[in-house]
Amino acid sequence: MPVLVPTSLDDAVSMLADAPDALVLTGGTDAMVEINMGHRRPPTRVIALNRVAELRSWTYHPDTASLRIGAAVTYAELMEPPIADLVPALAQAARTVGSPQIRHAGTLGGNLGTCSPAGDGLPVLAALDAVVHLAGPTGERSMPVAEFMVGVKRNARRPDELIAGVTLPVLDGYQGYSKVGVRNAMVIALATACVAVDTPSRSIRLAIGSVATTILRCGEAEAMATADVDFATGTASAATVARFGELAAAASRPIDDHRATADYRQHAISVLSSRLLRRAFPNES
Amino acid sequence: MSHDAGAGAVPLGFHEQYSLHVNGEPRDVLDAWIGESLLYVLRERLGLMGSKGACEQGECGSCSVLVDGELVCSCLVMAASAIDQPIVTIEGVAPVGSPSDVQSAFVEAGAVQCGFCTPGLIMATNALLERSATPSELEIREELSGNVCRCTGYGRIIEAVQRVAISRQSAAVDRGSAR
Repeated sequence: MPVLVPTSLDDAVSMLADAPDALVLTGGTDAMVEINMGHRRPPTRVIALNRVAELRSWTYHPDTASLRIGAAVTYAELMEPPIADLVPALAQAARTVGSPQIRHAGTLGGNLGTCSPAGDGLPVLAALDAVVHLAGPTGERSMPVAEFMVGVKRNARRPDELIAGVTLPVLDGYQGYSKVGVRNAMVIALATACVAVDTPSRSIRLAIGSVATTILRCGEAEAMATADVDFATGTASAATVARFGELAAAASRPIDDHRATADYRQHAISVLSSRLLRRAFPNES
Repeated sequence: MSHDAGAGAVPLGFHEQYSLHVNGEPRDVLDAWIGESLLYVLRERLGLMGSKGACEQGECGSCSVLVDGELVCSCLVMAASAIDQPIVTIEGVAPVGSPSDVQSAFVEAGAVQCGFCTPGLIMATNALLERSATPSELEIREELSGNVCRCTGYGRIIEAVQRVAISRQSAAVDRGSAR
């Protein structure tokens, strides 16, 4: 039977070891489009991961304030509490993906596997310094998401590995995700931004998407804002908010393509980044 | 001729046989190709023409079905990966000749013009009302955002959904007061 439907991670890993050329399928929302459109060679063997118990589940670890999410958890599931309460930006990003139909099928692991610069979950993972877990024949290895994302639709997964999941820190502070496209639903992002604040450690993280070969973190904007805002009162000056957007736009490296011009994307990044910082620090000094 | 010449070279994966569970019945799929979408199998192999194919990339929602209780685009489901999962198509919603309350409301509200998008919208409306019995207009718009209609402008579709919500609510009230 060339379509294999394993129910355990061990089985899935050994099936992949036996068939390293197999198409690894989770929700199918990217792969099936390529197959339907004739952009992908017809698969001869398929491993469908949507029924692997370990990949379909998530675990909250209060002792380490971290959340591990299995690769086959769907966007629809990310939008529901308690995940939505623990990682609000991920829930917001999930809500912008496609439509209800797409969100019932598409998964966080699929977002990582496709590794498009426009992937909606990825800026959140980057802002939170998520760790990606890969399951292979010799066990599991883990790496920061920034190392996992190698280029446009390229990642660090080896052919004999499966994306098992990600671990995210549960922060204490504002989180937000913003996206620009031609409509609110069913749209591939032209520009995205995620801001995550951790008040106890006085940190502000900003990740931007659709404006480079992979998701970018904006170190200069983060450092400037961290030094200038007042965490205790939730206050940021208008100048800080504006500068945050300017530095984000300066860090972006967009291109002109059929969806938008580089100028438009750069402008959008500035607006989205400033808007999110203002939401995080609503009081103007 | 070409059939004989090519017979030995048929690539692996073109002679799939599997069984799907569609609208409560087991349905055998024979001589299938591994990469076939559920939409293709429903229409071309099982003769269930209610689910419509338009974009084949998950953007229009015309092919919406339930797989394992979840509303999905059947064009983006690899059919052979859906074995052992209950599948419900528009044909499984109500018997021919006795439309469901959602189907009737679409007719009454004039939410159907060319009708191409209607099966997908009925499936999506069923899922929406199961999730939220009295949805706001914003909720309706968000939950139906994956179903494209090029005729109606959506106003009457939203009205049809609201009609069902109201009539189900008053039916529930009637049942309550009859007790």
